[in-house]
Amino acid sequence: MGQFIFKRFWHMCITLFVMTTLMFFMFRLLPGDPTATVISPALYPKAQEALRQQFGLDKPLLEQYFVYMKNLAFFDFGISFHTTRPVSEAIQGRLLNTILLVLPSMIAAYIMGAFVGAMVAWRRGSKFETILVLVATALQSAPVFWLGMLAILYFSIQLDMFPVGHIVSPGMFPEANWDMYFSTDFLHHLALPFIVNALYQFCFPFLLMRSSMLSTIGEDYIELARMKGLRENRILYRHAMRNSLLPLATTLPMILGWAVAGSVVIETVFSWPGLGLLMVEAVGRADYPMVQASFLLIAVLTVVGTFVADMLYGLLDPRIVYN
Amino acid sequence: MTLLINFIKIVWQSLGGRVSLIIFVICILLAIFGPYLAPYDAQERSYDAADKLVRLAPPSWDHLLGTTLLGRDVFSQMLWGARPALIVGILTALGTVIIGMNVGLVSGYFGGKIDTILMRITDIFLGLPFLPFIIVLLALTERNIWTIILAMMAVMWRSTARIVRAEVLSLRERQFIAAARTTGASDVDIIYREIAPNVMPLALIGVTFALAWAIITEASIGFLGFSDPNVVSWGSIIYEAYASQMMYRAPWWVLPPGIAIMILVTAVYFIGRAYEEVINPRLKEGG
Repeated sequence: MGQFIFKRFWHMCITLFVMTTLMFFMFRLLPGDPTATVISPALYPKAQEALRQQFGLDKPLLEQYFVYMKNLAFFDFGISFHTTRPVSEAIQGRLLNTILLVLPSMIAAYIMGAFVGAMVAWRRGSKFETILVLVATALQSAPVFWLGMLAILYFSIQLDMFPVGHIVSPGMFPEANWDMYFSTDFLHHLALPFIVNALYQFCFPFLLMRSSMLSTIGEDYIELARMKGLRENRILYRHAMRNSLLPLATTLPMILGWAVAGSVVIETVFSWPGLGLLMVEAVGRADYPMVQASFLLIAVLTVVGTFVADMLYGLLDPRIVYN
Repeated sequence: MTLLINFIKIVWQSLGGRVSLIIFVICILLAIFGPYLAPYDAQERSYDAADKLVRLAPPSWDHLLGTTLLGRDVFSQMLWGARPALIVGILTALGTVIIGMNVGLVSGYFGGKIDTILMRITDIFLGLPFLPFIIVLLALTERNIWTIILAMMAVMWRSTARIVRAEVLSLRERQFIAAARTTGASDVDIIYREIAPNVMPLALIGVTFALAWAIITEASIGFLGFSDPNVVSWGSIIYEAYASQMMYRAPWWVLPPGIAIMILVTAVYFIGRAYEEVINPRLKEGG
């Protein structure tokens, strides 16, 4: 077990290292001069030179790379092209905002998906089942940002139940601090994106649980439990559901990765100040150090999340063979 | 070709598969003929009798799905928008599966060092956040449908590679492979003549799921404003409605493109599932 954790951890580090390197060279080597927005060719050559020095762009590529990697180790992501302030300032708090949006809705979706999927499979062949499968597939097929827009259209504008976007009401918390996350105003803003995200994320575990249950129900030990005269509920929860949960646990890391990556669109619709929105805005402003930093943090979140989910899976299923 | 006919025959067996196939074919026909059927050009602005722009007009006989803020006909835009969705979706899905299948075949067949290296690379790609990575790629290159297709292919092959490799690992030990080897068949022959046909069903399932993903991703890229500004797609219609801040006053503008995407992708999912259930009952979706 210890060896397995170490190996997975080591792989995770390599993955992150390769991604960071790939990103660095992509930004420098792909066509188009990313510095053109900040160092205008219209400037005097001397001024151009001075700016280049300020951003460290005058040094050879390989040296820039080593400086970049060294700085990263100290959580220094460079200077924003847009605000000319350190990127790390803007990025503070964004990571937490993204986690707060993605993780709770993900957990809720998985729990709901597991239970509803199990119920539906238990009473297979009902009309309710057909409708629910169709609805879940359709929801999964809809673009999530569009669902978000419809939710805003109906619940926020028509019914005026929820705010239209953002994380707290403007002016409530001039300085973002911990109190913000414990206010009802924050929860009120979180509610709608949470519901939309949870509903969207619900479809996959639901459909998976249903098909997993359908194959479990045919197993001999379920028949045996019936013959022993166990109560239906006990068979459902203790025997069938427990054994059907495995595929859900296996796919959790993958789905977590999708959810983090997909937060880009959800955050945009709800103007949620997370990493995804930061990245989209930075791309619009050609603020490349900011794009690079927010992408890296999204990647870290994905990779570390996958790692943790993998470890949890190992704890859940003792039969797993570590090799 | 026989593979495709076989595929359609299998999907046709179930009711869901039949309905989905019909929907899919209708969408393809719309992608081909849509622009000819459209009453207006995608970017054409409509003016009324008093020569005023017909802004945000609700649905009427002149404009079946109403008009946008700039007086464009939503119904016509919908017909024009089917083409990019399907071109991007189909090409990406095919490319994705071709790359993924080859990586999986080579990795699984040769094993050893080649397998280790290829699978390490696949793992790194599996860790890449999909949409953010594509946005970065598009930010650094030109934005047109070809770069969008290439960017998606560059990442999406990863899951097909994994699934195909696992299948090849078990096929490799079968007798017919040993038999082929004794007749002196080369590695290339064995991979593409003996093993590849056996992983085709898996690859076809991969195509359907990649297609569904690619269509949604294309729409997401459009919605974030990173698609080709000269091409009207379902995603870009939603983007314009959103960016104009007027969509809340004009539901007819924002509902149709989303519903179209939803119907098309649902059909694709059901086609994939109908095929999967027959081909491989133990391999349920997502597994």
